[in-house]
Amino acid sequence: MNIHEYQAKNILKSYGVRIQEGIVVDTPEKAVMAAKKLNLETGTEWYVVKAQIHAGGRGKGGGVKLAKNLEQVESYSKSILGMQLITPQTPPEGKKVHKVLIAEDVYYPGPSEPKEYYLSIVLDRAKSMNLIMASTEGGMDIEEVASSHPEKIIQEWVDPGVGLQHFQARKIAFLLGLEGHAFKEMVNFIMHLYEAYIKIDASQFEINPVLKTSDDKILAVDAKVNLDDNALFRHPDLQELRDITEEDPLEVEAARSGLNYVKLDGNVGCMVNGAGLAMATMDIIKLSGGHPANFLDVGGGANARTVEAGFRIILKDPNVKAILINVFGGIVRCDRVANGVVEAYKNIGNIEIPIIVRLQGTNAEEGAKIINESGLRVKSAVLLKDAAQIVREVMDEIA
Amino acid sequence: MSVLVDKHSRVIVQGFTGNEGTFHASQMIEYGTQVVGGVTPGKGGTRHLDRPVFNTVHDAVKIADANVSVIFVPPPFAADAIMEAADAGIGVIVTITEGIPTTDMMRAKHYVRERNCILIGPNCPGVITPGEAKVGIMPGFIHKKGSIGIVSRSGTLTYEAVDQITKAGLGQSTCIGIGGDPIIGTTTKEAVEMLMNDPETEGIIMIGEIGGSMESEAAYWIKEHGTKPVVGFIAGQTAPPGRRMGHAGAIIGGEDDTALAKMEIMKKCGLYVVESPANLATTMVEALKS
Repeated sequence: MNIHEYQAKNILKSYGVRIQEGIVVDTPEKAVMAAKKLNLETGTEWYVVKAQIHAGGRGKGGGVKLAKNLEQVESYSKSILGMQLITPQTPPEGKKVHKVLIAEDVYYPGPSEPKEYYLSIVLDRAKSMNLIMASTEGGMDIEEVASSHPEKIIQEWVDPGVGLQHFQARKIAFLLGLEGHAFKEMVNFIMHLYEAYIKIDASQFEINPVLKTSDDKILAVDAKVNLDDNALFRHPDLQELRDITEEDPLEVEAARSGLNYVKLDGNVGCMVNGAGLAMATMDIIKLSGGHPANFLDVGGGANARTVEAGFRIILKDPNVKAILINVFGGIVRCDRVANGVVEAYKNIGNIEIPIIVRLQGTNAEEGAKIINESGLRVKSAVLLKDAAQIVREVMDEIA
Repeated sequence: MSVLVDKHSRVIVQGFTGNEGTFHASQMIEYGTQVVGGVTPGKGGTRHLDRPVFNTVHDAVKIADANVSVIFVPPPFAADAIMEAADAGIGVIVTITEGIPTTDMMRAKHYVRERNCILIGPNCPGVITPGEAKVGIMPGFIHKKGSIGIVSRSGTLTYEAVDQITKAGLGQSTCIGIGGDPIIGTTTKEAVEMLMNDPETEGIIMIGEIGGSMESEAAYWIKEHGTKPVVGFIAGQTAPPGRRMGHAGAIIGGEDDTALAKMEIMKKCGLYVVESPANLATTMVEALKS
């Protein structure tokens, strides 16, 4: 699960990680009030207005502005709130901004120059260990640094048995070239950051940039936090941070019906039991001349209810010109699935587009018979290659 | 010969008396698997499906001489169940449970590694040696004893491969569902290595998907040590980057873990790579001829 920057920062702060302070608001008036409050609490005289959407590269799209007085806080908030923010990580049409974070200015002048760093925690799947990555090239895209200056990326793996050790945090801070008070601050920052990562069951942290201020404090200026969906059951407080306005409405609806659906931009919808077979079915659609409109795993029990819910969701996508149902009946019998398809089809009423049903496994022949004798405009197949051939024919008809 | 499980395997079911455990334990028994009992804490001393129920895996090992365990315990308690089995001296632990938190699995995997046992899964259909032992949730009847080993991260896509192989008249030595999670006990490479060393296996089907680097590691290993034809498929050629495709581990993170990148590496390493999963068996038949 993805969460917003302001939510991520609140979590980090609760684990003792120093952050750039800020207040989230949804109107320009509240933005001005927030700025005044920040001025009292932190002494900041400049403010950063930051769009809160689930995507990076917000600055490049005009979603982050430095306001040097309250008038600018108001005008920038007014222009950012409600805008369709387009960044390299959003869909082409961008994402609507519902909230802005009014944050203190942390790049103030002082005894030393402010300097930006990069820190992230990810799962190294090959080693089955968490990996901390750090770099002196803060603020930059880490993939770019990795390809142009791989020597500038520090990597430290954490033993899952004992957790992050103090010496590892010291090693990272030394390698980043820090000393004195800033060194101690960085060690604390890393230790607390890792503690937060484990305690909230995160699946990714990216703090870019981490800032050493001109008075040698270390703090998080931005925070990207992803949570492990499988662990949310033990974090009811974190579940509440979900912002469904950031998600595709069809995906939200599918999840409510217990379906695993991902919307894509093709013209052939598909409904499959099992994630691997669902991906493979998308590939077959492509190889047969179509483009998959979605990923949809109906899970183990493909019955009339799940099939109907799947139909309804796929049919809401106006780009869909045909639907391929691919079910390998193991425990679930194909004749039951076939009856489910017929029932769902009739419940929905008039489906205008061709439906291809491929049932294989237990009672596959009986399933095909039910489909073929239903009188519906449904084509059936048993073998995967036959299903692929029918998709090809349907694509030719449409084209 | 076969790998991991055979007719001598003495299987216990953890989460024996629950719905899933009960249903699949009966199916396994019906298939002919030697299920010697099950574990449900607090129900020790009772009987279920005409088999003894134990309080602990230690008891099951001591009293029923169990050496294989299959786990149907719900996600919050599954990692604990895995570690209990490893601590009790179970040799092969097959974890079916889907949805175990990653941090739990990380700890469980390292715990298991320090003990002398093999973990298969989690989030997998299990392992089957046709005609001898079915340890998992796969439909038994589609399998047929034979010479093709199958390794896969997926459930139903494995059944698809099995079905094609059976219909092609070849049959399977052992099918290993390694699981769709980011952290799993046995990797693609390790499973391929087992089958490569199995004298009964003449060809291997390796089914992977987007995310991670397991298939590439397996391909490089096959290039160096392979002695049998390997037919490979990677699901998710059309999956967009950054989106999770059902399986917790099926997500493209960079340029190296796309289906195309993996297929390219597999081709370079001498595998027979199929673009369409409809051609798995036909390609294997061809590969065995050459």
